[in-house]
Amino acid sequence: MQKAVPFTGQQRADHLLIAEMVAPGSRVLDVGCGDGALLQLLAETKGVDGRGVELSREKVNLCVKRGLSVIQGDADRDLADYPDRAFDYAVLSLTIQATRDPKTVLANLLRIGERAIVSFPNFGHWLIRAQLLFTGRMPMTPNLPEPWYTTADAHLCTIKDFVDLVALVDAEVEEAVAFNAKGQRLPIRRSLSLQNLLGEKAVFKLKRRA
Amino acid sequence: MGTFSASSEGLDRNGEPKNEPWLSEVSRPSSAIVTFPEAAPLKLESGQLLAPLSIAYQTYGTLNSAKSNAILICHALTGDQHVANAHPITGKPGWWETLVGPGKPIDTDRFFVICSNILGGCMGSTGPASLNPKTGKPYGLDFPVITIGDMVDAQVRLIDHLGIDQLFSVVGGSMGGMQVLEWVARQRARVATAIPIAAAPWHSAQNIAFHEVGRQAVMADPDWRGGNYYEFGVVPKNGLAVARMAAHITYLSEKALQGKFGRNLQDRAARSFSFDADFKIESYLRYQGSTFVDRFDANSYLYITRAMDYFDLENAHGGKLANAFVGSETQFCVVSFTSDWLYPTRDSKAIVKALNAVAANVSFVEIESDKGHDAFLLEEPEFHATVRGFLSAAAAKRGLHLAGRAS
Repeated sequence: MQKAVPFTGQQRADHLLIAEMVAPGSRVLDVGCGDGALLQLLAETKGVDGRGVELSREKVNLCVKRGLSVIQGDADRDLADYPDRAFDYAVLSLTIQATRDPKTVLANLLRIGERAIVSFPNFGHWLIRAQLLFTGRMPMTPNLPEPWYTTADAHLCTIKDFVDLVALVDAEVEEAVAFNAKGQRLPIRRSLSLQNLLGEKAVFKLKRRA
Repeated sequence: MGTFSASSEGLDRNGEPKNEPWLSEVSRPSSAIVTFPEAAPLKLESGQLLAPLSIAYQTYGTLNSAKSNAILICHALTGDQHVANAHPITGKPGWWETLVGPGKPIDTDRFFVICSNILGGCMGSTGPASLNPKTGKPYGLDFPVITIGDMVDAQVRLIDHLGIDQLFSVVGGSMGGMQVLEWVARQRARVATAIPIAAAPWHSAQNIAFHEVGRQAVMADPDWRGGNYYEFGVVPKNGLAVARMAAHITYLSEKALQGKFGRNLQDRAARSFSFDADFKIESYLRYQGSTFVDRFDANSYLYITRAMDYFDLENAHGGKLANAFVGSETQFCVVSFTSDWLYPTRDSKAIVKALNAVAANVSFVEIESDKGHDAFLLEEPEFHATVRGFLSAAAAKRGLHLAGRAS
């Protein structure tokens, strides 16, 4: 038997944080699952029954070759096909900023999953603010390396913006972690403004308001 | 099994025993065969009963002691059970030898692979060339119109006969993919994984149209004789060859045709100003047509294309395709090809959408290929890697061991 293609490379910090938030043995839908690294991590460390949706055909094929259940699809268009509460968690890792309609996507995640887990790059990070302030140009950081005219990130937001959107889709934050460039977490509940300034990325666990 | 004897009735126009290569396979297939007697008729979707029922099949590899490593392969319209061995008539390699065999993506060192000739076929399973027990003559058009579901019900008989409770996988391309979908819809507990390839949940108007052209070509051949050509020792070869030529175009892509043939001339330097096969593409199609009639029965072609036309899994499930899959625990891998315009990606996506609607476990890949519908039969590394990866992971998940070992 040919072994499944192993995942190589370092685990992404947000993946490790997401894995901590997921209960063992649960059902997870990973929207924008990329090469399947998170699904594989969740299967190996949490015994998760995972499914993925990915836009890139090459990445989908890579996932299926690895034995992951992944379909080619689009967060904006294809989430409507899934029934209510089909999964324990619907995960969107570093993808929401690239969707056409983040509000509808988030509402769909909260409909499909009992919980939604969303990670995103924080546009309120001090380095980004400083670049815009001092250079007067669209910021480019290791986190957001593409120039404005090629990036797919059409809907970047800050941590504060995201918290507002959560309220708009009638959900509440169960857990929130901001982390810096080194992957070190900053407990967000102390001060939202401070986390919005220092957090390079954030992971939120959300649930529908009862 | 009741089929007519080529030596007693199949005489050609000169009264000589005729030598239609496929005819001997109808009555004496180069395959294992199981026959279910008159007392156990197959109830068809039309309401008719069919008995006796014979199924000719090939197997490869070894069934493990737990009978948990069986893979059923469903063949397409003009395929047969000889998936991974030399064809008894043409001598050509099995039609899926690139995918099935020792060490191949469907690894016969690990899996017990079964492929049966479909109901209505002409390679040993009961079909229109088989003997009608009521008349003692070949059925011809007295053979009942069958459906994809009937083909699957016949395969279920075979799997029961082999003592297999659950198939590790059911795999098929094109019409084979339709059978895969019917297997899941009808026998969900018996299908652990399913791979419908270049398939569709229903036959489109365009596909029905092409099939009707093919059928009319067969029926317009004077040698068809209302479907009773067997008695006259003739075969509607010209009509069937035209049907095959037309169908063959639909299996390719415009790009593949242009790339492979272009406007190139066949064995000549200039146009002949006649209706000879001047162009390479004409010569190719004529060759495809003429070789096909040596291995296929024209009436089988009529019946099988009809079964495909009738296929509509959505309509059969109350107008909602997802209903076909409610409660399914089968793990799916749906595959389509970019240049396939006969069973295009959007048809596969309709299957995926219905599976998602019931939160079924589904993978879906679209393979980049310029070879059209035929791609599923050809060497497509990305496709083969997908099948290998999917089956390997599913086997590991089920703790499936090599054949012969404890499992």
